[in-house]
Parts: sequence; C-alpha cells; structure tokens
Amino acid sequence: MVLLRKLHGSLTLLTMMGALYAIFVIAPRELTMGIVQKIFYFHVSAAWIGFFGIYVVFFCSLIFLIKGGRQWDIRAASAAEVGVIFFTLNLVSGPIWAKPVWGIWWTWDARLTTSFILWLIYLGYLMIRRLVENPEQRARLSAVVSILGSIDAPIVYMANRWWRTQHPQPVVAGDSNSGLHPDMQVALLLTLLAFTMLFFYLWKTRINLERAREDVDILQQTVQYHIKEAR
Amino acid sequence: MKFFNQTTTVLMKEILSEYKTKDVLISMLLFGLLVILMFNFAFEPDSEEIRNFGPGLLWMTFIFSGLLGMNRTFAGEKENKVLEGLMLSPISWNSIYLGKMLANLLFMLLAESIILCLFSLFFNYAIWPRIEWMAIITFLGTLGFSAVGTLLAAVSMNTRMSEVMLPILLLPLALPVILSVVLATTANFSTPTDQNSIIFWIKVLIAYDVIFITVPLMLFDYVLEE
Repeated sequence: MVLLRKLHGSLTLLTMMGALYAIFVIAPRELTMGIVQKIFYFHVSAAWIGFFGIYVVFFCSLIFLIKGGRQWDIRAASAAEVGVIFFTLNLVSGPIWAKPVWGIWWTWDARLTTSFILWLIYLGYLMIRRLVENPEQRARLSAVVSILGSIDAPIVYMANRWWRTQHPQPVVAGDSNSGLHPDMQVALLLTLLAFTMLFFYLWKTRINLERAREDVDILQQTVQYHIKEAR
Repeated sequence: MKFFNQTTTVLMKEILSEYKTKDVLISMLLFGLLVILMFNFAFEPDSEEIRNFGPGLLWMTFIFSGLLGMNRTFAGEKENKVLEGLMLSPISWNSIYLGKMLANLLFMLLAESIILCLFSLFFNYAIWPRIEWMAIITFLGTLGFSAVGTLLAAVSMNTRMSEVMLPILLLPLALPVILSVVLATTANFSTPTDQNSIIFWIKVLIAYDVIFITVPLMLFDYVLEE
C-alpha cells in the first residue's frame, strides 16, 4: 500500500511538471489576452475538481446513509475538505484573470454566481462538522446537508442561467472555450489530469490522517484505562 | 388517511402552543416592522426607487423575519424534552416534519400578509390591484422556503450556535427560491404586468417546491434518529 501511494505521489508530481511545461512552453500565447490567459488552465481545472468534489461527497454521504459505516463518513468529510481548497483556488484565480481581461474583478453572471453559492454550501457543510460534537450525529447531519446541497447545485445553476438570459449581460468578453488551439487543448487536458491525480492523492492522505487520529484516540483511552487500573 | 390525521394533529399542536404564547408571530412581526424602518433610513426611497427596490426589500423582510420564526421550530421542543415525547408517540416521523413545515408556512404567511399591508401603507405602494399574483408567488415561495427551512432547523438544532447555523445553511440552499420570488414580484409590479415572466418563475418555484418537499421527507428520519 505504501509503495502504491509513493507511486501515485511521484506520478502526480510528474504529471504536474508535464502540465506546467505544456502550459508555459508548448501552448501558444493567446492573441488578445496575452500571458494572463495562462491562468485559464489552472482556473478551469480547479473548478472541475471543485464540482467533482461535491459529487464525491454526495455519493459517500448517500452510501453512508444507506449502508452506514464510519469509513464513508470519513471519506465524505475528507473529500469536502480537499474539494473546498480547489473551489477556493477557482474563486480566487477567477478575479485575477477577469480584472485584466474584462476590466472588472467580478460580475454576477450565472457561472460565477453559482460557484460562489456552491462554495458557501461547502463551507456550511464543513461548519456543521465542526459544530456537532457527537460523532454519529455529526456524520448523519452532515450527510443530510451534503445531499441537500448536491441536489440544489443544478437548480442553483439553472436558476442563475434563466435569470441572466432574462437580462442582457453588461460584460461578455471572449471566453477562449470556443475554438481552443490543439496545443492549448493538450495543456488543458494535462492540467486536468494533474489536478485530478492531486485530488485523489490529497484525499487519500486526509483519510489516512483521520484514521491515524482515531488510532491515537483509542490508544489514549487504553492507556488511561490501564493507569486507572494500576491505581 | 392515518398519515393525514397524524400530520394535522402535529399541526394543531403547533397552532395551539403558538396561540397560547404568540411568541413567534409577535417577534416576526416586530422584526419585519423594524427591517422596514431600517430600510427607510438606509435608502430614503422615493416612489420611483420603491418601484425598483420594493420587491427585493419586501422579500428581504419576509426572509429575515421568517428565519427568526423558523429558528423556534425545534428550539422550544428541546426545553422540556418535548421532542422525545413526540418521537415516542405512535406517529410517523414524517408527519412531525410535515406538521411543523405546515405550521411554519402558516405563521410565515400570516406575518407576511400583515407586513405586506404595512409595507403598502408606509411606502404608499398600491398592492391591491396586483394581489392575485402576489398571493400565488408568496404562497409558493414561502412553501419552498419553509420546506427546506424546517429540515435545516432540525439539523441545526443539534449544533452549537444553532441560531447562526440555520441562516448559514438555509440562505444558500434557498437561493433559487429567493431569486424566483424576487423576479416574479418585480415582473408583477412592473407596468404593464409581465405575465410571461411571472408564469415562468412560478413554474420554477413549483419545481423547487416539489423537489424540496420530497427530499426532506426521505431524509428527516436520519436527522431525528438518536
């Protein structure tokens, strides 16, 4: 298992190097946006992992409610913690890209608003986990919140889209999604792959951490019990 | 039929206890009134501005005063172990959810109709000619809001700082409702009334209501379980 993890880690590192090379050396410079456009690769990949994380949390929570078992709760919680980091990266890199390209940091368009709201739902989920003391109750309540949130996610997105199509949008700047240069496509796919591998690596690390924490708890209790016995 | 009877029993219990104390309604109304007052000082709106900001302002008042009432859904039940009693009584737990949800809906609608009258009075805003659509929008919006809110009130009752947790969880989840009701109300108050837009947002509200009454019914047992 340790060997497999080391292999996973080094492969992730290699893919990340490859992605960086593809982004900064192979992919051509965007004509109108210039060097800033390089954020695109990180921004899109972070968003993808953020959304992916939501559904990992959703499935783990669903299995937890149906079958039970602490490991599913730990998996859900760990995926949420890692996912929220990528989501934050996405939300931070967005404005940095938008400012030089659109001239503004933020606009309330469908995609931006949806990401923002989903990020808040994620944080609500993590808050619930901090604020419920009893571990079993914490697992059930947070699973319920995550299921509600994931069902809400597409509705939030659609509602925002309809809202925005009803009003003409003030700022619509070129999104390079349309007609991506083949080299750019390679760079994007490599970055996506690297981020996905990183997500799984961090996820597994976080799960192991939680298990180690539990082991320590049990050891502590055992030691305390024996000390009491000795007295 | 049995389920229906159980639900009405829970609902009647809620109404009775509210009738005896009137805690929730009074605090919701006072709070709503204060929000209107605050908005007036914050924006000093003239009649043109009220036309633009009115729907948003109105729904902000509804939602914040509704949150206040929603927080009491289960908070009062914890005090004398009423909830344990309810859970032990021979009724299905879903009827507890539905009864409480309907009670929340009822109290919110009551408070909202009074706030609406006061709003119309204070800002010289003719609501009566457009009341039909307004009633439908308010009913559907409040239904969706209290459907999610009642479940989340049960979730947040078990946390430390439960009064804070409810809005933190509920507001982002209820965003589609807030968006739809505000846009539908704006369409209702625009001249001439934008029928198509109202009907469109009402459809969104109905879809939301159906989903978020069904899903909590499936999840509520897990929330109560000890």
